[in-house]
Amino acid sequence: MLSRNSLAVVTALSGAFILGLTGCKQGGGAAAEEIVVGEVAAMTGGTATFGTSSHAGTQMAIDEINAAGGLLGKKVKLVTEDDQSKQGEAGTVAKKLISRSKIVALLGEVASTASLEMGPICQKAGVPMISPASTNPKVTESGDFVFRICFIDPFQGTVMGKFAMSKGWKKVAILTDTKQDYSVGLSRFFKEYFAKHGGTIVSEQSYGKGDKDFKAQLTAIKPSAPDAIFSSGYYNETGLIAAQARELGITAPLLGGDGWDSPSLVKVAGKAIEGSFFSNHFSNEDTSPRIQEFVKKYKAKNGTIPDAMAALGYDSAMILAAAIKSAGTTEGKALRDAIGKTKDFEGITGKITLDEKRNANKSAVVLTIKDGKFSYVETLAP
Amino acid sequence: MSQFLQQLLNGLFLGSIYALIALGYTMVYGVLRFINFAHGDVFMLGAFTGLYLNRLLAPVLAALPWPLAISLVLLLSMLICGALGILIEFLAYRPLRDKPRLNVLITAIGVSLFLEYAGQLVFGATQQPFPALIPTHNIGGIGELTVTVTQVIVLVTAVVLMLGLRFVVMKTKMGLAMRALSLNPTASALMGVNNSVIISFTFGLGSALAAAGGILYASLYPSIEPFMGVLPGLKAFVAAVLGGIGNIPGAALGGLIIGVTETLVAGYSQQIGIPSGYRDGVAFVILILILLFKPSGLLGKVEREKV
Repeated sequence: MLSRNSLAVVTALSGAFILGLTGCKQGGGAAAEEIVVGEVAAMTGGTATFGTSSHAGTQMAIDEINAAGGLLGKKVKLVTEDDQSKQGEAGTVAKKLISRSKIVALLGEVASTASLEMGPICQKAGVPMISPASTNPKVTESGDFVFRICFIDPFQGTVMGKFAMSKGWKKVAILTDTKQDYSVGLSRFFKEYFAKHGGTIVSEQSYGKGDKDFKAQLTAIKPSAPDAIFSSGYYNETGLIAAQARELGITAPLLGGDGWDSPSLVKVAGKAIEGSFFSNHFSNEDTSPRIQEFVKKYKAKNGTIPDAMAALGYDSAMILAAAIKSAGTTEGKALRDAIGKTKDFEGITGKITLDEKRNANKSAVVLTIKDGKFSYVETLAP
Repeated sequence: MSQFLQQLLNGLFLGSIYALIALGYTMVYGVLRFINFAHGDVFMLGAFTGLYLNRLLAPVLAALPWPLAISLVLLLSMLICGALGILIEFLAYRPLRDKPRLNVLITAIGVSLFLEYAGQLVFGATQQPFPALIPTHNIGGIGELTVTVTQVIVLVTAVVLMLGLRFVVMKTKMGLAMRALSLNPTASALMGVNNSVIISFTFGLGSALAAAGGILYASLYPSIEPFMGVLPGLKAFVAAVLGGIGNIPGAALGGLIIGVTETLVAGYSQQIGIPSGYRDGVAFVILILILLFKPSGLLGKVEREKV
């Protein structure tokens, strides 16, 4: 009896071991005729619309590049990994891409928390990383291999601050997602600007990403009768916050950042989010022919209109491609230098120049929600 | 003052859902001396069943007035999840009935993880919006207090289900059999009770309640995803322990206490100095306190180990 059992165990273990080994083979090296670019995006989880959008934009750019003949005579292969919107996953899959897929550069991530995980890893491996949409200033402080092509939160916080002041709103309550670096940073910069320019922060409440019930925090905010509520978190929580605020009889509009940019926002909040405002990287209502052509191409390929994440994903891939072309090589340091020299790049999200801190100096747009759709209000330059 | 009352109301509605889930835990423990960790995930499955039923039966539901529509979705969901609960019991727990308690407990954790990750595969890990089965409508209450129709329905349904459960357990033959089984399985078998049937029935009933809880929770917070059952499930378990595990009124009381305390801590966070992000920790602090000072729970009886 005993020997039969142990035989079964040994067979099972060796079977598992062999299966594991076959898995190893698949990760193997790229063909010599390919340039392998890695991408980390949240394809599932609480910020899944960011990842699926930015991936769609990036993929479209890569497909266009390949259709035009590729880079340096080779085809570009995009390897995408899902970080599931989970803490810790981004770092794990970044390591996997660097060691197994041997990527020459990494495009990602949208969420600042994930970018902060991957930054040191790419820096140590000497692999240039371009974040399409992470706005927390700490991201590019990870090292000189880490770049971003979007504006940063010290600017984004002031955008909504300026907007609120221009509307005459003097009393604002802040709701921060303390589990997300993006939200914490954005709230801080908004508060600094708003308080410095004569506004009052009447209440500061917090929650964690994934929370569903905000009635307690909103009930605490209600007596201070704010003119607006600054919700610096992502779209799922903001949607619920808006719905619950209206249920409690709070009529003040909500203000927020680019973390709101998702079709799920209106799906979850419904009418509750009508008339609220948020800052974003780009508006697909922009009439410039380049943007409208992008919108048309994207819609034909993916069936939906592109949001800011898609546009940024597209721009990040295009900027990388331009840098590879100008460097003439995919070697780490040379590529890094070439990316750093990006100046006046005509992107979908505006003219992109990377400064010496490897951040982009760009304008922000303010959007509002009208009739269930995002609608352009105004542009604020830095 | 009105803020305090509003916070109390918020806590009441939240607590009624915890109470509903806690009933399932407490019932299964009472009858089988076994904590079904997968209960929180049946809660999640109930919410998703409601979502898919709503999609499937959209034309039928549109033709009915909304109280009937939601009752239909609720009942069908409870039936489906009740059957699922019976299936889980049959596949995962019945083969281990004669084995040490620990084995079943670990199996329950395994079932819980299986349901969560299978759910992630089948439903996708993204948060999905739950359709508003109840029209959103503020009932301006007394003075500044606001209550929505949804909240009232949730509370009323929870109370009705709890009373229904009490009726089943106290006044029906099945309930009598359940109580007999919880006292002594051998004796109840000798008295002519078919233990297997009663155990399946208990699981089915508990799962149906969890499914109802899931739909009500999703009506209040219309954003569902495969891991939504983890935290409410844990808190409901704490609620069951708080009230005295095995004790049905205790579970209801426990749920209410946890709901209200959590809401008050989160609502008065600025005054207390605890950031409102710590609200989830409240339930577990309560768990530690109750285990330290009254492990049998508020309404529970001390069970002496009979040698």
